[in-house]
Amino acid sequence: MSKDIVIKAENISKQYRLGQVGTGTLSHDLKRWWSLMRGKEDPYLQVGVDNDRTKKATSEYAWALKDVNFEIASGDTIGIIGKNGAGKSTLLKLLSRVTSPTSGEIKIKGRIASLLEVGTGFHPELTGRENIYMNGAILGMTKKEISSKFDEIVDFAGVEMYIDTPVKRYSSGMYVRLAFGVAAHLEPEILIVDEVLAVGDAEFQKKCLGKMSDVASHGRTIIFVSHNMQAVQSLCKSAMYMKAGKVTDMGPTATVINNYLSREIRNSMERKWQLDVDAPGNDKVRLLSAEILTSDAINNSVISINTAFSIKFEFYNYLEGQLLNLSLFLNTASGVCVFAVGTQAKNLSKGHHSAELQIPPNFLNDDIYTINLMVVKDTASVIFKMDDLLIFEVIDSVRNGAWFGKWPGAVRPDLKFTSEKM
Amino acid sequence: MTDTEKINHTDTWDINITGTRGKFDLNLQEVWRYRDLLSMFVKKDIITVYKQTILGPIWFLIQPIMTTLIYVVIFGQVAKISTDGVPPILFYLGSITIWNYFSETLTLTSKTFTENATIFGKVYFPRIILPLSKVLSGMLKLLIQLSLFLVFWAYYYFVKHGITPNWHIVYFPLLLFVLAIMSLSFGIIITSLTTKYRDLNFLISFAIQLLMYATPVIYPISIASPQKQIWLWLNPLTSIFEAFKFAFLGQGVFSYFWLGYSVVFTIVILVFGVVIFNVVEKRFIDTV
Repeated sequence: MSKDIVIKAENISKQYRLGQVGTGTLSHDLKRWWSLMRGKEDPYLQVGVDNDRTKKATSEYAWALKDVNFEIASGDTIGIIGKNGAGKSTLLKLLSRVTSPTSGEIKIKGRIASLLEVGTGFHPELTGRENIYMNGAILGMTKKEISSKFDEIVDFAGVEMYIDTPVKRYSSGMYVRLAFGVAAHLEPEILIVDEVLAVGDAEFQKKCLGKMSDVASHGRTIIFVSHNMQAVQSLCKSAMYMKAGKVTDMGPTATVINNYLSREIRNSMERKWQLDVDAPGNDKVRLLSAEILTSDAINNSVISINTAFSIKFEFYNYLEGQLLNLSLFLNTASGVCVFAVGTQAKNLSKGHHSAELQIPPNFLNDDIYTINLMVVKDTASVIFKMDDLLIFEVIDSVRNGAWFGKWPGAVRPDLKFTSEKM
Repeated sequence: MTDTEKINHTDTWDINITGTRGKFDLNLQEVWRYRDLLSMFVKKDIITVYKQTILGPIWFLIQPIMTTLIYVVIFGQVAKISTDGVPPILFYLGSITIWNYFSETLTLTSKTFTENATIFGKVYFPRIILPLSKVLSGMLKLLIQLSLFLVFWAYYYFVKHGITPNWHIVYFPLLLFVLAIMSLSFGIIITSLTTKYRDLNFLISFAIQLLMYATPVIYPISIASPQKQIWLWLNPLTSIFEAFKFAFLGQGVFSYFWLGYSVVFTIVILVFGVVIFNVVEKRFIDTV
């Protein structure tokens, strides 16, 4: 109750200009300057659309964040979740002072350090030792602080032998370990972490997560952005759910994640568009619908691991006799591609076409999956691509035994695995 | 979030992130806090230059010697431009050393935003640290090169008795300081103007070259007619180069008036540079 508020965001908004910077900006700059000279408001602040990446933009400006308010107390570990384009990265950029808000204000108490990337400022010609100092200084540490942590960092990264070798000779794994080693030994009051954990092997990720929860238990504030719900759940006490540039929900992690999953998933199991109105695509091909159909008619919005289901698409082909095929990528929520599969390339006539992918039961593990779709011409060039087209969750149903931990693996096939007495 | 409402309303925030900021604020306090980073950048600039070379830092000396030899041949022997009786090697070496400092610092600082966009896009530190580090690392390089100049200078002074230096040498640190601030100011103005519109980038190297011929670097100001000299004096670099040559070589014009002009000019562009740099650094990452 008596916790201090260390971060307070008041009505922050961030506007971006769509398209190319360069041509056309001069005239906007001049108009902007002219209205400011007359004491009027920036005319381009009044326009701008919500940031929905699936629709075609109706304005040249878009709001990546719109009137965001929140407070974060000292010692809190907060996970920021949301779909791609919800404004998470923009918010992180603002908090780390890489760019500033179009309007509004963020107030921060204490020293803040951000890890939007590991190894920022690493110079290939410098040795490991020199880069530790360089990188540490960039992240806001003083020379003295780095010196006192130096041995720990080298130890963490396991590069003692190569510490006086230029990092351009390091393997990529060593490079990342060294970079994360510096970052992990930062001691700011507030630490901002983007999905830097996506690098490195599983063991190293575990080490990093362990180090982060270590940091969190020392009463420091951590803001963590991730697509990996598992990581958010195990690391964060509370979570913030962002959607289309706004904070939709904030509270205890489990509640917020549930809210996020139920809303985003229901919204993305079935999507339909109208040709000539809002169908995504271009002058070659437009997508009309994408949906997930389950064979289970009674409970058709739930997919459990032993449900068979299919993914169906409808699209409109504008060009007569084009050699086209569809290519589908199925990814886990943490972004790992489970499989990629393509239809046979065919010469398609102009008009409506459909495609369907059958997923057998006992194939996918319990997780959240996203689907990316590509339309490929002449089996070589991608003419249309849409990421996160559908999002769905496969839930765990029957399980034998007493163990209820997360089942490992991207797939969960029901393979014959028997034992017998010899 | 209801319980957080009543907590802590003492407004003692350390950082305020807004769209607008004090335009004249150099934020020297923050720069001081990041002084270790500044020294790291300076160190990096110096040591990465001669990594994987055999001669190492000696290259810092070879550069001005080669240029001097070329100038002695082209401007001294072929074009026969006067050096007012000063030994040509000394004349060219001195002014080239100083000029190179100015032009290199200006070139490097004028790329602050575009060259470091990836770092700036990932982490915050006072942006002015980077151009400052270029000014300082350039200064270190200059000191190394000046020692070379001083060797030649001592030879001509003590052995050949060919030059007449005087007490105005005490102004030398001040001259260097003004030169450093001027190159920094020009640099941060240019980098601020080129984040959104890159057009200016194409003109810079050309403009710097032109500026060299508009400054008494390879010629003494005395070769211009008195009516034309006024135009040369309007170039704020002129008084500095002339004062330097007068103090060390006994040839040139030491003008308090024009030095004062250069100092005022430098202060004005410094203020302008800081204002525009402050405005641009807030959001340049969106447009770079």
